[in-house]
Amino acid sequence: MPHTGAVPSTLPDGDPAPADGALPSSALRGLGERPFGVYVHVPFCATRCGYCDFNTYTPGELGTTASPESWLEGLRRELDLAAGVLGSAPPAETVFVGGGTPSLLGVDGLTDVLDAVRDSFGLAADAEVTTESNPESTSAEFFAGIRAAGYTRVSLGMQSAARHVLAVLDRTHTPGRAVAAAREAADAGFAHVNLDLIYGTPGERVEDLRASLDAVLAAGVDHVSAYALIVEEGTALARRVRRGDLPAPDDDRLAESYELVDSVLSAHGLDWYEVSNWASSADARCRHNLGYWLGGDWWGAGPGAHSHVGGVRWWNVKHPARYATLLADGASPAAGRETLTDDDRRIERVLLELRLAEGLPLDTLDDTGRANASDAVADGLLDRIALAEGRCVLTARGRLLADAVVRRLT
Amino acid sequence: MSTFADTTFTPPELIRNFCIIAHIDHGKSTLADRMLQITGVVEERAMRAQYLDRMDIERERGITIKAQNVRLPWQVDGQNHVLHMIDTPGHVDFTYEVSRALEACEGAVLLVDAAQGIEAQTLANLYLALENDLAIIPVLNKIDLPAADPDKYAKEIAHIIGCEPEEVLRVSAKSGLGVRELLDEVVLKVPAPQGDADAPARAMIFDSVYDTYRGVVTYIRVVDGKITPRERIRMMSTNATHELLEVGIISPEPKPSVGLGVGEVGYLITGVKDVRQSKVGDTVTSERKGATEPLAGYREPKPMVYSGLYPVDGSDYPDLREALDKLQLNDAALTYEPETSAALGFGFRCGFLGLLHLEITRDRLEREFGLDLISTAPNVVYRVVLDDGTGELIVTNPSDWPTGRVGEIFEPITRCTIIAPSDYIGTIMELCQTKRGQLGGMDYLSEDRVELRYTMPMAEIIFDFFDALKSRTRGYASLDYEESGEQSAELVKVDILLQGEPVDAFSAIVHKDAAYGYGTRMATKLRELIPRQQFEVPIQAAVGSRVIARETIRAIRKDVLAKCYGGDITRKRKLLEKQKEGKKRMKMVGRVEVPQEAFVAALSTDESSDKGKGKK
Repeated sequence: MPHTGAVPSTLPDGDPAPADGALPSSALRGLGERPFGVYVHVPFCATRCGYCDFNTYTPGELGTTASPESWLEGLRRELDLAAGVLGSAPPAETVFVGGGTPSLLGVDGLTDVLDAVRDSFGLAADAEVTTESNPESTSAEFFAGIRAAGYTRVSLGMQSAARHVLAVLDRTHTPGRAVAAAREAADAGFAHVNLDLIYGTPGERVEDLRASLDAVLAAGVDHVSAYALIVEEGTALARRVRRGDLPAPDDDRLAESYELVDSVLSAHGLDWYEVSNWASSADARCRHNLGYWLGGDWWGAGPGAHSHVGGVRWWNVKHPARYATLLADGASPAAGRETLTDDDRRIERVLLELRLAEGLPLDTLDDTGRANASDAVADGLLDRIALAEGRCVLTARGRLLADAVVRRLT
Repeated sequence: MSTFADTTFTPPELIRNFCIIAHIDHGKSTLADRMLQITGVVEERAMRAQYLDRMDIERERGITIKAQNVRLPWQVDGQNHVLHMIDTPGHVDFTYEVSRALEACEGAVLLVDAAQGIEAQTLANLYLALENDLAIIPVLNKIDLPAADPDKYAKEIAHIIGCEPEEVLRVSAKSGLGVRELLDEVVLKVPAPQGDADAPARAMIFDSVYDTYRGVVTYIRVVDGKITPRERIRMMSTNATHELLEVGIISPEPKPSVGLGVGEVGYLITGVKDVRQSKVGDTVTSERKGATEPLAGYREPKPMVYSGLYPVDGSDYPDLREALDKLQLNDAALTYEPETSAALGFGFRCGFLGLLHLEITRDRLEREFGLDLISTAPNVVYRVVLDDGTGELIVTNPSDWPTGRVGEIFEPITRCTIIAPSDYIGTIMELCQTKRGQLGGMDYLSEDRVELRYTMPMAEIIFDFFDALKSRTRGYASLDYEESGEQSAELVKVDILLQGEPVDAFSAIVHKDAAYGYGTRMATKLRELIPRQQFEVPIQAAVGSRVIARETIRAIRKDVLAKCYGGDITRKRKLLEKQKEGKKRMKMVGRVEVPQEAFVAALSTDESSDKGKGKK
């Protein structure tokens, strides 16, 4: 459902991970000098949305094999194992609870989750603590409760203000609910509220997108994420498109939609800081996500969650039942891992940092990459002035062609 | 089983040499199989369908590329005879080989499908046989087919060769019905070979094939004298001499013999490794006291159609060279030399006898040598007289077309024969007109079948004429053509430019009236085939500096993954690596990335799938 989670459904190919979850000493070196965060994956949804390919399960799909209780038990065990593996782990500077639908856990469940993080790692004094929420499973009391528990930021899956768009996406909330929820969150003392938008849904008209943007602005949030709809293989939406029931999103129209989103948001003080993210100030940016893009360390806990520490990436088994069983046996839930080479890390820097408004230092590139950067300026994809100052920063057109620019620079 | 035919030096009067002239799918191979079986040289259980067609491609396409021959025993009225059946290649590209095979015979079985009637290529080969004074035995095959109309086609054949319809034999090669009678007829009708047994040896090479274990196997027909093993022989066209390692007959497996006498057909092995040292049509004589006059009719193989062959993966270039070297061992007509294309990299300019020869060669390179190839649009050989009096150029590649200095241009022309139901006369005439054809004559073969004779530029024929003819006549028309000199023509070179850069692989020589059509077609095709780039790409077709057609590939507007969070990074990096790997398979034209598939698709004509193949 919400889309900032770190858990796509397909796991990559990698090397086997050790049963004790141990990391090489090279990965642990410098731990604490880099940003450190904790991601918690909540693999539950009330229903499955037709476009979603995230690692999430409805009660019907899980049956008796796993429950929020067995999951929470596993989570506690994994966080303990994490604290052991990392040794002198620093306190978490950011926590992000994603899913799935974390708000299904309710105030008590989310409080338990945050307590588990506190018990294992501790929280930094100014920690950013975000949870994703579905508008329909929130209320004024819910926000007040999680604020009191220590959450500082809420991310709401709004997607659209158009009823027919929400219907295509199988979203159950009414068009006005997301905005109302954002206001309730603000009233409960949340200074940082994000609304997620999806554009390019089959049947979405320009006026629908405009109405969604108007609603976002009316809600007065300090952060917006907007994503082009991706028709993921294996989803109900993909089947409907293949059958011809729905038209496939058209890249040219998606580009126009992106331009509309960017121009409306920036005209109202929400500036892009990552290709798909806008914020009203530097403080409003999501620090947890910046950790992903700036090569930070994080421990991703929960089924299918991905982690990164010091150049080692790994990912957990997907199914909640298998996840709980492994941890009950005292084993690491990791399904596979990869140790990045220097070249891998350089390429990752390019593909991640180029997505940011701060851009990528030119000296990250090899000679060919630098020459191609100049060409990209000539093609209007990179900012001329920034390049002269030693940084590769995408232009508005360049943001829409970011992957192509990355291919040229690496 | 031992027979009269197992020993050689058979008296010429007991020998009959014949071939079978037939259209591709009229049952020649089946008939040959049946003859092998009925004469007893192949036992039933060893019988493999179409025994004589050896190569896989021949078997698949149902055509004979390389002629085989076989020695058969046959008794008529208690008298033993030796029959040499010479199996001729069945396609227009191999007319020269056919003519040599005919030269080795005194008679020909004209085999026609009783449901389809005679086809253009058969007719052309029949005329060749008549020119060689061969005795013709007309036969209708497949008379047991429900669709057979033997009376109608017997009349047609009788009309063409000037006999009575009753003289046309009726057989079913499949069941064997009438085949014994046909063999009897061969003995009765085909004249015995004549030659001077005491004269210096002269034998004509009518085929030579490369065998991995034995080197080149040369098929000969002895005209005068005798060829015996362990004597040295001389190839009269080159004066090269070779030791004879083996002389033998085919029945149908090779069988060494003590020699071959007048009128006999067999093989010889000299240890040479390359068929170009054993040329079809050449005369073999003995080194000592050899003949001084070669047999008439020898011709060097001459490529008529050229095309560039390029490996899709540039690193396969050495493999392509090696594969061509190997193919050439068995294909004296194949020529190739290295060439470089700005768009396609390193490859070879290859010369072929015709379009089928090209396709078969390409097929074999891909199938037998595992290569993935791009072939450029085929073209003929042009003679360009320069207007500055400095002479003339022979152009086999559009890249070599002179700029500016073109005086008069000559292109090869063909005489072609089209046979079709008379309903299609109008359609065919219209098509030939657009292909710059000139009607030479028209004859009704029967009430509803007509033969049209045209003079037509060869370039038009090799482009897409056959496909167009087939589709406009619902497959009923058949075509044969032969080279017939050259004519002066107003030809231009059309270049295709991407972002102002000419793509040499797409350049074509066309008649000036067809330039616009070619340019528009290519530009439209490429707009569909080339993916959108990060910038707008104009596609232009130009004659010299004059742009005659233009299309634009709009710049791509979106190429970015919307979401890139913690769990997406590994997948994203791997995708990037894969995309960069894919980019290596792109050909760069200036700054434009063109996928290999775009070249392949742009260079294939729309209906190139069954050009000249007949059998499906």
